[in-house]
Amino acid sequence: MQKTYYDPKDLKDFGKISEWDQELGDKFFEYYGKVFEEGALTAREKSLIALAVSHTVQCAYCIDAYTSDGLKRGLEREEMMEAVHVAAAIKSGATLVHGVQMMKKYDKLSM
Amino acid sequence: MKSLAKRKDSLADPKNQLALFNSGIFANGELPTFKQKVSETNQFPLKPTKLEIFQVNVGYMCNQVCSHCHVDAGPDRKEIMTTETMQLCLNKLKESGATTLDLTGGAPEMNPNFRWFVEEASKIGVQDFIVRSNLTILRANKKYYDLPEFFKKHNVHVVSSLPFYKRGKTDKQRGDGVFDASIEALKELNKVGYGVEGSGLKLDLVFNPSGAFLPGNQSELEKEFKTALLEDFGITFNNLFAITNLPVSRFLEFLVASENYEDYMDELVDAYNPSAVENVMCKNTISVDWNGYLYDCDFNQQLDLKVATTGKHLSDFDAQALQKRNIIVSQHCYGCTAGEGSSCQGVVA
Repeated sequence: MQKTYYDPKDLKDFGKISEWDQELGDKFFEYYGKVFEEGALTAREKSLIALAVSHTVQCAYCIDAYTSDGLKRGLEREEMMEAVHVAAAIKSGATLVHGVQMMKKYDKLSM
Repeated sequence: MKSLAKRKDSLADPKNQLALFNSGIFANGELPTFKQKVSETNQFPLKPTKLEIFQVNVGYMCNQVCSHCHVDAGPDRKEIMTTETMQLCLNKLKESGATTLDLTGGAPEMNPNFRWFVEEASKIGVQDFIVRSNLTILRANKKYYDLPEFFKKHNVHVVSSLPFYKRGKTDKQRGDGVFDASIEALKELNKVGYGVEGSGLKLDLVFNPSGAFLPGNQSELEKEFKTALLEDFGITFNNLFAITNLPVSRFLEFLVASENYEDYMDELVDAYNPSAVENVMCKNTISVDWNGYLYDCDFNQQLDLKVATTGKHLSDFDAQALQKRNIIVSQHCYGCTAGEGSSCQGVVA
């Protein structure tokens, strides 16, 4: 029996998702490929965004993939760590800003 | 850092490197051998096309000890090509009809007969006369300072290694101070016209990844290198070649020591591209070692896999027999067929 939920080898099988629904799988991968093409943002910038988002969604597959992708594109550790901190700041900020709602509710209900 | 040879590391013996390729993941069927993979697309055995490139390794001595070096070069390596062997190279080059002479090492400039070889070779009039320079050697000692002018005089095409356009990654792979010395050397080359538009003097750079991963897209990297080197240092160059690190000698040592060997080989196999097989450099190249022996490529040279013909030395050079030979392959060949492919001239697919 498998001892862990995650297996790094599953990442290589991502494409097999299409086997159970070819049409939607194909549409997803076509969209995905298009998104990462060079546009107003460079492919390098997109890779850095993807790395940051990977951390906020805490996707182990994505962190694996976009750390490797960043290395291939010549991203430096300082750039990658700064991107992760941006992600972490937004995520913690998003938690903390809800404190305003909590404070207002508290004050409204209190005598 | 010393070479594997000096340290008497087990991987200094090519037989141990080849034994590694034929054991573990490639012996238990987890990954297909290169021969099995190429056979799947009916491309085995690999056969030569027309011989175009004579790549001559004039010796393993180098002023640097790079962590990824497949030659295991360094200051402690004493293998140096003699003028007799160089003359033999030139005779056979003329006989072969090859159009490119490609000098490599080590640092070829450290061979005491290097200038003689360049002068004699330039008289032959090959279409493309390449010298692979690590750049830092051009600034290592005053006796090398005039080399940019010397290269210009003999219309040499300079191909230089520069792992990255920033200091950190470059120095980590090649040693402290390498980046600054490389930038200085590039400025000197630019000063005499190398890499400058309209000069006709070609200066190409070689990028290779600083770790256990494949290079990114060559044209994207070239664009980034050009922008950064121009903005930061006012440096220009012609083309960038993105080269995959092959699991040979010191890079293999790194892969094994860092426990990346299996994953890296898996990545190479996974990225196997049959269309790259059609253009691998061993098809149009002959590699010559410092002693005059012949190989399918510089990697096979380091693995002591001499050409599969009766004439294995320049003195027995037989162009027709070489043309009919089977190219010797092993698992390291996956490095040349991964993704966009890899050769001493960059991507091939």
